[in-house]
Amino acid sequence: MTHDFPVIQLKNVSFTWPGAVEPTLDDVSLSVENTDRIGIMAPNGSGKTTLFHTIMGLCIPDAGTIEVLGKPMKTEKDFEQIRSRVGLLFQDADDQLFSPTVIDDVCFGPLNLGFSPKDALEQARDILDGLGILALENCITHKLSGGQKRLVALAAVMAMKPELLLLDEPTAGLDAGVKTTLVDSLLSLNIPYIVISHEFDFIFAVTHRIFSMEKGRILKDDEVHIHRHEHMHKLGKFPHKHV
Amino acid sequence: MDETLAQYDSWMHRMDPGVRVITAVIVSFCAALCHDVKILGVHLILALLLVGMAKLPPRAVLKRLKPLFWFLVMIWVLMPFTYEGEPLVVMGPLTLTRPGVMLCVNITLKSVIILFYFMALVATMTVATLGQSLHTLHVPDKMVFLLLMTYRYIAVIQAEYHRLLRAAKFRGFVPGTNIHSYRTYAYLAGMLFVRASRRASRVYDAMRCRGFNGKFHTLDTFSPGVVNHLFLTLVSMTALGLVVTETLLM
Repeated sequence: MTHDFPVIQLKNVSFTWPGAVEPTLDDVSLSVENTDRIGIMAPNGSGKTTLFHTIMGLCIPDAGTIEVLGKPMKTEKDFEQIRSRVGLLFQDADDQLFSPTVIDDVCFGPLNLGFSPKDALEQARDILDGLGILALENCITHKLSGGQKRLVALAAVMAMKPELLLLDEPTAGLDAGVKTTLVDSLLSLNIPYIVISHEFDFIFAVTHRIFSMEKGRILKDDEVHIHRHEHMHKLGKFPHKHV
Repeated sequence: MDETLAQYDSWMHRMDPGVRVITAVIVSFCAALCHDVKILGVHLILALLLVGMAKLPPRAVLKRLKPLFWFLVMIWVLMPFTYEGEPLVVMGPLTLTRPGVMLCVNITLKSVIILFYFMALVATMTVATLGQSLHTLHVPDKMVFLLLMTYRYIAVIQAEYHRLLRAAKFRGFVPGTNIHSYRTYAYLAGMLFVRASRRASRVYDAMRCRGFNGKFHTLDTFSPGVVNHLFLTLVSMTALGLVVTETLLM
């Protein structure tokens, strides 16, 4: 589905965790267009996850307005309607996979949306097949490996056919193989998404705009920019890091 | 937690789970109400018949009896010697009493019978299906939810406990009978509670994000046909009949 309005519009949103002194989100304004693929790279504790949770209505902001998919979000009811249209991939896959088997879990969303068991199964199998993990269908979720859990969690989110994706550190703890699968499947999507990650290569591969965050504020790409340049120096042929 | 018994296929596995749960409850109560060894013998035959109908491999069935076995051994060691009544065998200072032995036989038979009933009728479905069938039987949503969540997260909490304990051991913690050990274990337990509760709120958030509104749906579709109802009636009537027979004969 395509929209000609911003899919997410945050205006002057502030949020402070109960008991905290400093605000986690401080007067944040953000507009995400329909064709946007945004990466967020920022230090730990800068408010990235809270930003996602605020968009989903899991954290209620102290000030500011939120519009998701063109609708103003004011009450829990507004958010309830929007949650099934926006896919959020959680940091810890174990939080997301609570059904006994993989297929049960991937079908959970579609069944909640009112699909018949037959249609839900069909859709779930399609998604699993697309991610190349159809063989895991009848596996017990808590016995999967970390990478498998992450892919199944992504499948569970994708099975809702979201119009917008929020991915919270999708690559954390994954090996190169699973990462490639993830990059390929993200690039094949035709919906806007925001990705939080600490990995330059991954962000570089899947997004065209990059934001950073600092003390609860968003820094747009005119302030930060990932760039590459060739250079040479002694011992350059050995793997190394620049600080 | 393994669900190996649910992996096989038989007529019993395909039967409506709701019918099976009701049957299991009725026959188990009936078995618990009987005292006569002959009547219990009939129960045992009925239970074995059901296990046979579920086509469960004998090895897997015996494996499930193992925990019960140790409990029964404990009873057999203590009960016949400590129960008062007519002596059966006198061995020096120890006296084996007839009512003690009879009670042990009773307990053994009943527990084995009930376990067989549940293995044949309930263990042949996955926990998810059990949750769904309890839901269709109008067991309160919260209880069904509790069962399913316990099933899913018990392994995660166990892993978390082992991780914490390992971390403590790597830093030189040796459990002993002292205040330091008790305090460490108390911290561990406290930390587990904190983590479990934080995880619970994250899981709930994740569920809300996928459209959860308090109702559970499932993929398993069973439709209790005439055969299922016939089975329920037949097995339950047999079990009830045994209770009535015993009450009338005594």
